[in-house]
Amino acid sequence: MSKILVIAEHLDGKLNPSTARAVSAAAAVKPEAIDVLVLAAQADAIAAEAAKIEGVSRVLTVARAENAHPLAAVLAPQIAKAAAGYTHVFGPSTTFGKDVMPRVAALLGTAQVSDVMSVEGSHSFKRPIYAGNAIVTVEAEPSHVVVATIRTASWPAAASGNGNASVEALSVDAALPSHTRFVELRQGKSDRPDLQSASKVVSGGRGVGSKENFEIIYKLADKLGAGVGASRAAVDAGYVPSDLQVGQTGKIIAPELYMAIGISGAIQHLTGIKDAGTIVAINKDGEAPIFEVADIGLVGDLFKLLPEIEQAIG
Amino acid sequence: MMKILVGYKRVVDYNVRIQVKPDGTGVVTDGVKLSANPFDDIALEEALRLREKGLAEEVVVVGIGPSDLTAHLRNGLAMGANRAIHVVTADAVQPLTAARTLLKLVEKEQPGLVILGKQAIDDDANQTGQMLAALWDRPQATFASKVEIADGKATVTREVDAGLEVISVDLPAVVTSDLRLNEPRFIKLPDIMKAKSKPIDLIELATLGVDSGDHLKTTHYAAPAKRSKGVMVKDAAELVAALKQKGLL
Ligand SMILES: Cc1cc2nc3c(=O)[nH]c(=O)nc-3n(C[C@H](O)[C@H](O)[C@H](O)COP(=O)(O)OP(=O)(O)OC[C@H]3O[C@@H](n4cnc5c(N)ncnc54)[C@H](O)[C@@H]3O)c2cc1C
Ligand SMILES: Nc1ncnc2c1ncn2[C@@H]1O[C@H](COP(=O)(O)O)[C@@H](O)[C@H]1O
Repeated sequence: MSKILVIAEHLDGKLNPSTARAVSAAAAVKPEAIDVLVLAAQADAIAAEAAKIEGVSRVLTVARAENAHPLAAVLAPQIAKAAAGYTHVFGPSTTFGKDVMPRVAALLGTAQVSDVMSVEGSHSFKRPIYAGNAIVTVEAEPSHVVVATIRTASWPAAASGNGNASVEALSVDAALPSHTRFVELRQGKSDRPDLQSASKVVSGGRGVGSKENFEIIYKLADKLGAGVGASRAAVDAGYVPSDLQVGQTGKIIAPELYMAIGISGAIQHLTGIKDAGTIVAINKDGEAPIFEVADIGLVGDLFKLLPEIEQAIG
Repeated sequence: MMKILVGYKRVVDYNVRIQVKPDGTGVVTDGVKLSANPFDDIALEEALRLREKGLAEEVVVVGIGPSDLTAHLRNGLAMGANRAIHVVTADAVQPLTAARTLLKLVEKEQPGLVILGKQAIDDDANQTGQMLAALWDRPQATFASKVEIADGKATVTREVDAGLEVISVDLPAVVTSDLRLNEPRFIKLPDIMKAKSKPIDLIELATLGVDSGDHLKTTHYAAPAKRSKGVMVKDAAELVAALKQKGLL
């Protein structure tokens, strides 16, 4: 029988929704137990949130000052120790999980399954390669612990509220390095819904033309109560900060509504939005590849159309 | 002064539209264009800039792969690397094996810095740098968009989901490149000529004593689910009506 340890992601004392998504993937393995591990400076509030997630058996906490920031070199040895007795260790396929989980896998001397899209069996998983142009089924070695990152866009968040897991402090005896130090986190301050969990997202591309012009994207997003995203070209050109990039090397998202505005639809961008419910494309070029995947397409000049759309919404 | 080791993987060019073989045994790679992993060109560019700033004296590109990889490594030399190491193997190399192999080279070469790509765009694994750092018991600074070296330390700005994170790591360390770290230079014709006389060490993977057990087995390849063809609307009013009908507005 499987026993799964899910590594909690959190920031500023709050649990990241990616954790509940990783719990969903863990539940798909049909394990005997799913435990969540919270490594933090102060773990109580985060652990309390994790304990409410349905399907979680126990929440284990390691509260120590060194865990104030998510440094992979500091967290990985603790996770590797805590992994003893588990058949699987899952983390989210966010920048947090991508950074720390391979380090854990290497410490445990095992391969990692990146970006799990579906669970086919306790040691069999589907994952995307080549920017999602091929989906492979991979089998992990049953004699080893399975270390995996969970492609968050493929999994709904496990329901929260009715869970009633016990919270236990765990003491792990791991030597922590001092060779890696946190300096600062520059966060884009925004009142808009978080790109990775928003149900609606409006994204702008190079076609928007400038940082100033991007206001038109923000305006529509605010009208819809949507999060804001962007193509790599828009980020590279400095219209928006890098954490708004959607795609193969940016964020992979699955909103109910995705509006791609002035985005051509390069394969690396499409990788990030394949799981969106409805894709709307607005582009002045009727031949743009984005129209091949759009559920609703509209050919025209975005600067003319966006104000009209806002008006039509009323 | 330090030496920099750079991962220089060859992958199917990012412009190629990948096709899955109808029998599900792999993707079509016959006759498709191969190029340097884009992140590895960025990694190499960063190493070259550090050398040009006088912060490193030697840049070594490393490729682990089949015998015809040598021509690809010549491109890295033409871009400006001092020399290349080609670890020869006919087998596909998974990240853990790549990391264990790189560790052997690190032990031999004693670099002050290893720069790898954040991910190879064929397997999209995003693992090798982190694994190497773990096995080497050294710091990792992944998804780097800025690297500053001073006093035996690297201050690295990292592209993370929440924004930009800055960390400071002691050297030696492993850095993995993100897209905005730099824009790689183009290779010029005279440099291709010059690269012909630069050394490439050939090492058989089998002679390195790398433990290659415990691997993932890929049992099936499939094309991704296609999205069904959508509709075109003629104006803003029709778009809004369609969205209202779907209950999205
Ligand atoms: C290794 C690698 C990784 C990558 N990762 C990503 C990634 O994660 N995310 C990503 O997005 N890209 C990524 N890219 C880049 C990708 O290949 C494309 O270059 C990029 O997505 C293009 O962005 P764009 O569509 O905004 O720009 P363009 O391709 O330049 O398209 C702009 C579009 O705007 C339209 N337009 C212009 N003016 C107007 C107007 N007034 N009204 C309406 N439409 C207008 C044009 O018709 C055009 O279709 C990656 C590339 C590589 C090599
Ligand atoms: N076979 C290889 N040869 C050279 N470098 C490699 C190889 N495999 C992985 N790497 C390096 O590791 C990075 C990340 O690869 P991956 O973990 O497979 O996504 C690549 O960008 C390369 O820098």
